[in-house]
Amino acid sequence: MPAIFRPSANLAAAVTLLALAGLGVGGVALWWLWPRTDYARHVRWPVGQPVPFSHEHHVAGLGLDCRFCHNSVEVSATAGLPPTTTCMTCHSQIWTNAAVLAPVRLSLASDTPIAWNRINDLPDYVYFNHGIHIAKGVGCASCHGEVDRMALTYKASSLTMQFCLDCHRDPGPRLRPKDQIFNTQWQRTADTASPAALMGEYHLRNGRRLTDCSICHR
Amino acid sequence: MSDAAPTIGSMTDDICAIALRKRPALWWRIAILGAALLTALLVGAIAWLFYAGIGIWGIDWPVVWGFAIISYVWWIAIASGGTFISALFYLMQVEWRTSLNRIAETMTLCAAVCAGIYPILHLGRPWLFYWLFPYPNTMGVWPQFRSPLLWDFFAILTYVTSSILFWYLGLVPDLATLRDRALTRKRQVLYGALALGFRGEDRQWRHYRAAYGVLAAIMAPLVVSVHSIVGLDFAGAATVGWHSTEFPPFFVFGALLSGFAMVLLLIVPLRRLLQLEAFITGRHLDVLSRLLLLSSLLVGYAYVMDVFSVFYSPDEAERTAFMAKVHGSYAPIYWATILFNIALPQVLWFRRVRLNQPVIMLVCLAVIVGMWCERYTIVVMSVRRTALPSSWGDYHGTFWDWATLFGTVGLFLTGILLAVRFLPVISMFEMRALLAKRPNDGGGT
Repeated sequence: MPAIFRPSANLAAAVTLLALAGLGVGGVALWWLWPRTDYARHVRWPVGQPVPFSHEHHVAGLGLDCRFCHNSVEVSATAGLPPTTTCMTCHSQIWTNAAVLAPVRLSLASDTPIAWNRINDLPDYVYFNHGIHIAKGVGCASCHGEVDRMALTYKASSLTMQFCLDCHRDPGPRLRPKDQIFNTQWQRTADTASPAALMGEYHLRNGRRLTDCSICHR
Repeated sequence: MSDAAPTIGSMTDDICAIALRKRPALWWRIAILGAALLTALLVGAIAWLFYAGIGIWGIDWPVVWGFAIISYVWWIAIASGGTFISALFYLMQVEWRTSLNRIAETMTLCAAVCAGIYPILHLGRPWLFYWLFPYPNTMGVWPQFRSPLLWDFFAILTYVTSSILFWYLGLVPDLATLRDRALTRKRQVLYGALALGFRGEDRQWRHYRAAYGVLAAIMAPLVVSVHSIVGLDFAGAATVGWHSTEFPPFFVFGALLSGFAMVLLLIVPLRRLLQLEAFITGRHLDVLSRLLLLSSLLVGYAYVMDVFSVFYSPDEAERTAFMAKVHGSYAPIYWATILFNIALPQVLWFRRVRLNQPVIMLVCLAVIVGMWCERYTIVVMSVRRTALPSSWGDYHGTFWDWATLFGTVGLFLTGILLAVRFLPVISMFEMRALLAKRPNDGGGT
């Protein structure tokens, strides 16, 4: 009876087994590491907008406060996007004929809000509330980064559950004094009140309740 | 097939002929058609479940564990019996195991696969099943290591993996025999690749026996651990009727009972249809029936202890739930459990009954159904009569519950039928060793 397999079959078997093992290891590595990349999380990706609005120009350059446009951030779940009339506070007077602002004028004329594209999107099963974070001493920049340095706005943090929990498990060092919440450049210094003192000031007690499931998932 | 006592050569010829025949028998073609139709029903039921969500099942408050958990426990118990026969009796060097272990292991594998489907479907969002696995994830949370439900995930994973390895390793020398006897090139390559280059060298046999012994030693305690943990899934919850230390051994007893019943239910028809009477003899039926009777008595003991602990405890809720179980609207299911699992197997005390194949088949079928009823009683009864009367409720399986249950029966049968068609139904290399030991056989080829 002739042999069923030629000698090269040994090599084929070894290569197949190695390839399967490699596929297993590679697959696990990919599955593990891929969700952590900025690419997968869309971090630092400027999103195209109807109008190329520059936070850098309006905040760092002109000195607008965050709340001038995002005016419900202290009292509501959502920070709020400005109505076109807010833009027109100035732009009815300056750059009235700029081509880049044509969508803004059209929006006012047709009474239709500008359709901005969302940059920071949490899953629908997360009940995030801006108001409580501001009230308890979390600065805008803690999640949104240095928005006043963004010519085009992008997502600054991964916004994974890990990212939320890092702070919820140990909020103290991330808290800031009340008057620095809207300052995107603030850094903790030697003069800053201790994390424990800030925890006390904001009545967070030991912060244990912050990791209850129902704090974020209702 | 010759009527004379089988020799090593005739045994190998007969067993290989079953796997290598060109056209399967008529009964096989009819059976595989039925099994495939049921499997298609399972695929349909799962597809609809993925699309529509678990609202298509009968579960709701307060009965949130239903058919999926019942059938899961039922299948995993059936699987355990096969491992018990092939691993534990291997370690104890019981010779009659040799005729049964291949069928028993195949049964284990198919049943474990059917069982493994259910907990995943039960999750609600089955595509996220890997969240059960403790891996460093971007959510920053770990599974609850103190929960038996997590231990269960590991137990099943270990059990299914080891069952596959044990089954496959046991097949390797026989696959090599099939490779050498295959008549077509396609079959030669198929069996040859699966035989992993096994040539029957002395060195290969030495390594082989060591590996097989180690796996058998791992498998035997796994039967006990996997089913104890299934018991802990229930006992770990502070629920009326579940919170009992009796549960882990009780579940192991039930596993042995349903496992032995399913092995008998398979071998009685298979030995006829495949003409294996020379290998699977009346003695095998007798031994398995005795084991069935023994495990039925063990389960009976657990039922008695269940009643005892209810009335020994001062807990009013336990008593109310128990009375609802034996006297309420679902009482027939409880009494069917007692009848099928305890009362009926008592006929096996008589040798004449143990050798009467139709009666054995009926008893085994009753036990299989009875064990399903038992899990229905455990799962549904406790949560529909909890300690809080305001949250009492009811439960009925829907069409999709039943479709999934019978669908897995189809999947199980498909697996068994494919195995008896393409693989040796009896472990030939172990049978050769057994025949060689016979005094008047001489071991000629």
